[in-house]
Formats: sequence, structure tokens, C-alpha cells
Amino acid sequence: MGFLANAPLISIAIALPIFGVILAALVPKGRVATLRWLAFGFSAASFIISLPLLASPDFAGFSHVEHYPWMPQLKAYYLVGVDGLSVWLVLLTGLLTPLAVLSSFSAIRNREKEYYILLLIMQSALVGTFCALDLVLFFLFWEMVLIPMYLLIGIWGSGRRVYAATKFVLYTVVGSFLMLLAIIGLYVYSGANGHPSFDFTYLRAHLLPPELQTWLFLAFALAFAIKMPLFPFHTWLADAHTEAPTAGSVLLAGLLLKMGGYGFLRFCLPIFPDASAAFAPLMMGLAVVSILYGALVCAAQSDIKRLIALSSVSHMGFVMLGLLSLDLIGIQGAIVQMVSHGIATGALFLLAGVIYERRHTRELAQFGGLAEAMPRYYNIFLITMFASIGLPALSGFVGEFLILLGAINADWMLAGLAALGIVLTAVYMLAMFRRVFHGDCALPENRALKDLSAREMACLIPLVVMMFAIGLFPKPYVDSIRPAAERAARTATRILQASDAARPAGAETVASAQEAKR
Amino acid sequence: MLGHIYLAIIPPLAGTILLGFFGKMMPRKAAGILACGAILLSFAVALAAFIEYVRAGGVSPEPYGAHVGVLAPWLAIPGFELNLSFQADALSLLMALTVTFVSFLIFVYSSGYMAHDEGYPRYFAYLNLFVAMMLTLVLAGNLVVMFIGWEGVGLCSYLLIGFWYRKKAPPIAGIKAFIVNRIGDFGFLIGILILFWLLGSVDFTTMRMRLSMLEHGAPLILTMAGLFLFMGAMGKSAQFPLHVWLPDAMEGPTPVSALIHAATMVTAGVFLVARMGFLFSLSQPALLAIACIGAFTALFAASIAIVQYDIKRVLAYSTVSQLGLMFLAAGLGAYWIAVFHLFTHAFFKALLFLGSGSVIHAMGGEQDMRKMGGLAKRMPQTYWQFLIGAMAISGIPLLAGFYSKDEILFAAFSARNALFPQAGMALFVVGAFTALLTAFYMFRQVQLVFLTPARWDAAKVHPHEAPPSMAIPCWVLAAGSIFAGYIGLPAMFASLLHIPNALEPFLAPALPGGHSSVPHALHAASLASEAMVASLSALLALAGLGLAFYLYRARSGLTEKLRQSFAAPYRLLFNKYYIDELNNAAIVSPGKALCSRLSQSVDLGIIDGAVNFIALAIGALGYALRPLQTGFIRNYAWYFSVGAVLLIILLWLRAGG
Repeated sequence: MGFLANAPLISIAIALPIFGVILAALVPKGRVATLRWLAFGFSAASFIISLPLLASPDFAGFSHVEHYPWMPQLKAYYLVGVDGLSVWLVLLTGLLTPLAVLSSFSAIRNREKEYYILLLIMQSALVGTFCALDLVLFFLFWEMVLIPMYLLIGIWGSGRRVYAATKFVLYTVVGSFLMLLAIIGLYVYSGANGHPSFDFTYLRAHLLPPELQTWLFLAFALAFAIKMPLFPFHTWLADAHTEAPTAGSVLLAGLLLKMGGYGFLRFCLPIFPDASAAFAPLMMGLAVVSILYGALVCAAQSDIKRLIALSSVSHMGFVMLGLLSLDLIGIQGAIVQMVSHGIATGALFLLAGVIYERRHTRELAQFGGLAEAMPRYYNIFLITMFASIGLPALSGFVGEFLILLGAINADWMLAGLAALGIVLTAVYMLAMFRRVFHGDCALPENRALKDLSAREMACLIPLVVMMFAIGLFPKPYVDSIRPAAERAARTATRILQASDAARPAGAETVASAQEAKR
Repeated sequence: MLGHIYLAIIPPLAGTILLGFFGKMMPRKAAGILACGAILLSFAVALAAFIEYVRAGGVSPEPYGAHVGVLAPWLAIPGFELNLSFQADALSLLMALTVTFVSFLIFVYSSGYMAHDEGYPRYFAYLNLFVAMMLTLVLAGNLVVMFIGWEGVGLCSYLLIGFWYRKKAPPIAGIKAFIVNRIGDFGFLIGILILFWLLGSVDFTTMRMRLSMLEHGAPLILTMAGLFLFMGAMGKSAQFPLHVWLPDAMEGPTPVSALIHAATMVTAGVFLVARMGFLFSLSQPALLAIACIGAFTALFAASIAIVQYDIKRVLAYSTVSQLGLMFLAAGLGAYWIAVFHLFTHAFFKALLFLGSGSVIHAMGGEQDMRKMGGLAKRMPQTYWQFLIGAMAISGIPLLAGFYSKDEILFAAFSARNALFPQAGMALFVVGAFTALLTAFYMFRQVQLVFLTPARWDAAKVHPHEAPPSMAIPCWVLAAGSIFAGYIGLPAMFASLLHIPNALEPFLAPALPGGHSSVPHALHAASLASEAMVASLSALLALAGLGLAFYLYRARSGLTEKLRQSFAAPYRLLFNKYYIDELNNAAIVSPGKALCSRLSQSVDLGIIDGAVNFIALAIGALGYALRPLQTGFIRNYAWYFSVGAVLLIILLWLRAGG
């Protein structure tokens, strides 16, 4: 396996889908099956090639780093690498994209060549986003994700697809634009100090004055908050998810939202530690509002995709809460939550896509009693729903538990409010589940519904396995995150000390009593 | 075996997986045997561990007589280690034995009861999962593993209440159960988090060791942690005001009501309080709160039970009431008595539910006691079983319930709470009155179902005795309802009958003593007061019995008159104090309104409206500026020169200034 350690795995993982794009472009018209399997093959190959990334000996620093000159005049480099923060998101991209491709085989019937090409471009761009360590390169990949998604929604979407796609792009572009300004700001500032750089590792090591941090932090934070999305920047999400084709929703919820959380963790916390600490209470407050508000809004939805989409606001609120608790445990929890949300919500969108494909409606009122007709579907939906609700022993619980553990350390009131989210999640999820599956199967068209096909099972089983794997044995996975999380909270020592002081008063009493006893 | 007690969880878990994947392909008989066999195996493991434990005679590698086995590490964070650890000690072994034994009987009963249901394998898959989760709960070595089991049994409860999902009511009842439990679990989770921060561990033995170093009571934060944990117990054990889900849970199949919603799962809250007794005993306010909520719930639920007509609802409210009594005992610091009553209750309440299941089965699904009567002649076996159960729960002397209930009353009678010395007497009075009501509603039920003249249409209904698969488990439970009390006899009876109290010393290492005055008070108390409480408790049981006999047998017209003259209180009780209506009016409806308001007005209206407004405004600005783009060079040249002139003026001004 020695050659793997030296192989440019990341670049291969980025390049493979692009290679697939080129081949797909050459597939003659009408050879749809070839096209589908070609897309699936290259997408899956990219996943397989990224698996050895996990074998990195040390996740504290970056491994598999590749550093080539790209635009030397601008000091922009092709600089990529992974650490414990990014490796799981790279793997999640690799896991979800082939499944999204696979799920599209029967759903997409027009302009298939363009469709699969866009999915592959998106995979490549996502891997790039999660691995780029040069800010210009990061920005390039970040924007490169946007365009395929815009087209996916706009062309293959349903209903108000053009409105949704435009809204999605405008929202994101506003954020990206400010982020670009901030990137230039960083470059100019480091230039003024004699070392102009877009290199993340350099910027992390050379702190900015607090005032400058504030402005640049805000610019970055807005871009990431929109992407996550954090209340009140979330209204693009419901429209985009609802109108997107199934695969689009899966990637959007599973991966694109993670770009926001990842950005916070990768760039905001290490480069702007003082500003992060200063804004942490505000951001945590917004996170808790997102958790509760998102859940309450979900309870009023009658469109199954819209409901699942808005549940992301609530779940990603937990991610933000964990990140901005600036607590090591909370940060680890946030990463776990990102991955488990990607898996569970990705699966929920796949599941919603299954009945949408059969019935061409997303209205909950159009369903009911499906448990009878589709038992396999029922069982997988049940497990996925409970993973999303955060039932212990399934993936959702681990993240929420760690996040709350971290957050209670930072602000016990907010943590307590956030914990209410676990009640509200159950309320809207179970209500939705009942309307789809329970009761009498009144509509004749529902009675004849076919259960999951082998291909659909193949899309869902890997995700279900992951839900159990993370939920039952989170240790190896959380362990691999820790060193990088420790580094990401660059101010960790300072901030963690501060939060130790803020421990509940009783802790000292107990501790001192123990001391006395000894 | 003791270090690997988690082995007991594996058979039912394997059973779930096998039944889940292959259940539909199996013949029914095979599915039933597989399910029952898995539980029997689990029972054997628990029994073997129990024997080993008793043989070891209290020698254990961990303090407090605990044997801890780690299955796998779950999380390791600097400062915290969290393992999938399982603990065998007196308390968990007793619980595991009770759970597997009662489960086995109810599984056998179910194989007859559910024989004609098309969801047979699904039913047993869920039921196996339930036992696996319940064992996880009781055998857990730390709070997080316990929480896994805790929410796991909640999941099974949800699935089994809504088992008949085609009907309208069961799925709704299932959701209600899960959500009310989740409200409790919210508290449980917060409690776990606080303890994590406070003690750096949630392993039971470690927490107990660290807390035992506290000398002067507990700081406020410990009381908070305890009360949050108790909130979880209130949800699971259906204590007021989180009791609302349990009566609705009767929508599930009756054996499920017997197993989950009477004998095992709902007692998990009591188990939690006993397990965490070392925490609660440090906080008098927390204990007092537990005792008061328990006592209130006991009386509250019993008063509802006396006027209900649904055969299962009476039993459901009775369960809520009995759980209240257990909390009353636990709140007095008499944890072993709470566990004792939990143990005896498991037998007679399971028996009563299974008996009611046989009746419902025989009556073709009828649950209204007004349409029953005279069944003693048609179903003599069931009648005798039900009667034994009713006598046991009512506290008729010599049966199991008498002893455990007597201990609770005596504990209350002799308790001296440090915060509020009169509390013990008040709790005693409430407990005694509850005992009276219990005997009344139970014998009212016996009268209405079995003894009063038949009120059913003989042409349509043909009541028949239950098949052996259903009758035999009931006889075993009936035997338990009689004899289970003899493992923990009160001091007076113990010396009278020469049967020592085996339970209290057995449980002693697992439960805290010393901090509460009660156990000592119990031993020091004079024989006279003990005899007095015992005879009072026997009298109350007989009074309840007599009253029921008088009202429903001797003077059968009297109930109607009473109902009319006390119309308002009757309506209040009949409608369960309107708690469901209150919840709907105060929480559910406003909640729904809030959600749709947020979704419509705030989300789509204000927030999205603002976004669209900005977009529109920018669009309009663009539209307004569009005429500037004429495409004529001369216009652009004109803009250009004006701009240049302005710029020069600007620069000149700045340079000048």
C-alpha cells in the first residue's frame, strides 16, 4: 500500500469525475444506459480512490498535500490536502454522489447527457472545495459547485424551478461576492506585511488585528451562514430543495449545506479566532433560533420535500451551535452531525423521491396507508426517520449529544433551549410519517404502488448501514476528527480555559469535596 | 457470566433481526417458537448470572457489588470515557429476571392471542426488540447506555401501540406516547449532560463513588440534575402531568399493554430513581418532589379509575396510580420498597391485563364493561385468575400486593422528612386513601365483568374460555401474584411467619442507605405501629371490596342515583379531569396555530418577503437605469466627458482642501 501514500489521491479524486465528463460527452446519442453506468462508474471510482485517505497516519496536520504553482504572479497555488475535518466530508461526497447518480436512472428522462455531466462536475467541485487549502482555489471550487446545481434545478426541477434556481443563485452569489472581497482583503493585508498569500496554512499562522478580523469574519460568515443555512438566511433552501430533482436535493442537503459548516470550521475559526469568539454568542443564539424555528415551521408543511428541506434548517442549527460553542467536544459533535445529517437527510430525500417518481405528487394528503403496499420502503423510511430524530444507537444521536455536551459548557441556557429541538423534531417527523404510511390506504393509486426495486434498495442500504455504524460505534470516527478539531479551534487553549471557568458552580463544590476527602 | 451480562441482550436482538428479515417466509408456529425461545434463552442467561451472583456472596470486582463488563468503547474524549458497558448487580439482575420471566409468559400468551393476526411476525419482531432494549436499559453500566435502552423501549412502545396502523386511533396514540416520552427524555438528556460536566463520568459506580465524597448535602446543581433525570422518569412512568399517553397506549394489542405498559417498560422510571438513588438521597428537595408527585399521581389516577367503563382503561389508570405509589416509596428514600412493589406489581398487573385480554378475546373485541357481566360462569378459569390479580393489587392480606403496599404505607407513616416533617403523615393519608380506591375500582371491575347479570347479546357473542396457550401463563402469573410478596416480608410478618426478608439485604449494596432516615426508622419502629398500619391497610382493602360489592351487587340501582346526585364531580372524573382537553386547548392548538403562523406569515411573509422585496427593488433600479444604455456613441461620450469633468473638479477640491 506504500504507493498509495505517495499517490496524488486528492487530485485523482477530483480528476476522475472530470475524466468521466469528457467520456460522457463522447457517448453517442441514444446510448443512455452506457451514459448512466459511465457516470456511476466514474463517480464511484472517485469514491474508491478517496478511501485510502482514511489511512493517513496523522489527522492533526494535512496529509496528501499537493502543492503546485498555478498563478505564481498572484501567489495563487494549487494547494490541496485533507485532515480530520475534511476527510469525512470528502468521503461523504464520494458516497452520496454515486447514489444520487444511481437514483436518477429512472427519474431523469430528458437531456440525460447534460444531466450526468453536471452531476460529475459537481462531485469534482465538491471534493475540491473540501480539499482546497489555497483561498483562490477554494473560491474557484466553491463557485464551480454553484453552476451545476443552478442548472439541475432550473432544467430538471419541477413546478417553480426557474424561480427556485434563480433564488438559490442570487442568495449564494451575494455571500460569495463578500467572501471574495474578504479573500482579497486577506491577500492585501498579508501583502502589506511583506508576504502576500492565499495560503491557508500561512494565514492561519499569522493572526490579523482584531478589528480587521471582525470585518473579514463577517464577510466569510455571511457566505457560510447562507449556505448552511442559518436563520434568517434560509428561505432559498425550501424552494431550491422542493423544486430540485431528487438527486439535486440529495446533494444539496447532503453536501452543499456542509460547505457552510465546513467553511466556518476551516476558515472562520482558525483565521479569525478573536472575531469568532466575539461573535460566538450571537451565532449560537441564531443557531438555537434555527433549531427551534426550523422545527416549528416544519410542523406546518404539507409538502413532503419541503418538510424534509426545512428540517435541515433545524439540524444544521445544531452544527452551528456545536461549532460556535468553540468547545472541542462541540466542534467534534458538529462534524459528526454534518456527516450524519448528510446521510440521514440524503436518505430521506431519496425516499421522498421514490414516491414522487411513482405518484408525481409531494402532497402529504395524497398519501396514507403506504405501509401496506410498500413494506420494505416502510421499514427503511422508519429507520431513516429515527436516525434523523436522533434516536440513540443511530447516527443522529451522537452528533446532537456531543454538540449539547459542548454547548452546555459554553452557555447552558442556550443548550437547554436547543435540547427542546429533540422534542420538536419528533413531533413533525412522526406526524409526517403517519400521514404517509398509516391509516387506511384510501386512494386506489396508492394501493397499487410498487415496493422498492433492487436498484432503489442499492441506493438506500449503504446509507442505512452507515446510520447504524456511526450510531453504534462512533469512537474510531470521532477519534479521527479530534486532532484536527483541536487545531481548528486555534484559540482552543484560551477559549477552553475560559469555558472551564464557566463550568456550573456545583462542579467546584464536588471537585473540592473530593479533594478534601483525599 | 456476570462480566458478560450483555449476552442476555443478544438472543432477543437476534430474534428481531431474524424475524424482521425472514419472518414472512416462516410458518407462524416457527416464528412464535423463535420469539419465545429467544426470550427463554435470555431468561436462562439472566438466571445463570443471578445464581452466580448469589453464590459469589457479594464479592465483586467493582464497588457496590457490581460486575461491569465493557462490550466496546463508545466515545473517548479527553477527560471523558464512555463505554458500551453493562452492569450486573443486585438491582439489575432482579430487574433482568423479572423482565425476561414476565416477558416469556406474555410471549407465550401472545402466540395464542395474536394467532390470527396477519402481522404475526412483525408483532414478534417488535416484541423481541422491546425485550432487547428493556434489558439494555436495566443492565446498562452508565446513563448513556441506559438512555439507548430508554429511547429504544420508547421506539418499541410507539411501534406496538400503533401496531394496528390501518385503524385511525392507534398511530395517533403511538405518536402521543413517543412525544410525551420525548418531553421527559429532554429532561433526562439534560440531566445526563449536567452530570457529565459535574462528575466527569456517567458510569453508575464512578458517579456513586465521586458523590459519596460529598459530606454536606448536595449543591443546588445536583438537585437540578436529579430533577431533570426525574423528568425522564415521569415521562416513562406516566406521572402527572406526563401521564396522558399511557391510557391512550391501550390502543395496542392487549399483551403489549400487559408487558410494556404495565409490567416492565413503565416501571423504568422507578428503576431509574432507584438506580440513581445515590444522587437523589443527597437532595432532600428532590426526594420530596418525587414523593409528592408520586402520591398525587397515585390518588389522581385512582380517582379516575373508579368511574371508567373501558376494561383496559381502568387498568391503565390503575397502573399510573400504582407507579405513583412506587415513586412515593422511592421519594421517601425507601428504594428497596419501591423495587419490591415494582416486582410484585409486575405479576398481578400483567395477570390482570392478560385476564382482560382473555375477556376481550372472548367477547369478540368488546372493551366496554357495561356490555359485559356474568362471565364468571362462562370463563371460570379467567374469573379466578382475574380475581387473584384483583385481590393482590387491592392488598387483600396474604397476597403479594398486600405486603409491598403495606411497606409503602408504613414507610410513609414513619418517615420524617428533614425539610417538612409533616410530609410523611400527609403522604401516608394519601397512600391509604389510594389503597381504598384501588380496592374499590378493582372489585367494581370484577363485579361488572364477571358477577353482575349478563348484558350482552347471547345471539351475537359467545364467550368462551381461553385456550391453554393463554390460560397457562395466566396461572403462572397468578401463582406469582400470591407468592411474590414473600421475598420481602415486612418485619412483623417476617418474624411471625419465620420467613426472613430476603429482598432488602439482597438489594442493599446496590441501593443507597444511610442518607435517608427511613430504613433505620423502619427497623426501629415499634411492633405496635407496624401492626396498626398493617391492619389499617387490610381494613381499607376489605372496605373497598365491600363498597364495590354493596354498590354493584347488593344495591345495583344505587350507582345511577349517586351519579345523578354527584353529576358535576362525576363528569370531572369520567372525563379524566379534562386534562386531554386542557392540553389540546393550551398546547396543541396554539402550537399548531403558531407553526402555521410562523410558516405562512413569518417565513413566507416577512423573511422571504423581505428577500423578494430586495430582489425586486434591485430589479426596479436596473429597470430605471436602463434608458441610459442607449447604444449611441454620442450619448456615451457625453456621460464620459461629464464624468471626467466631475472627477477633475473633485480632485481639485480635495487637493485644494
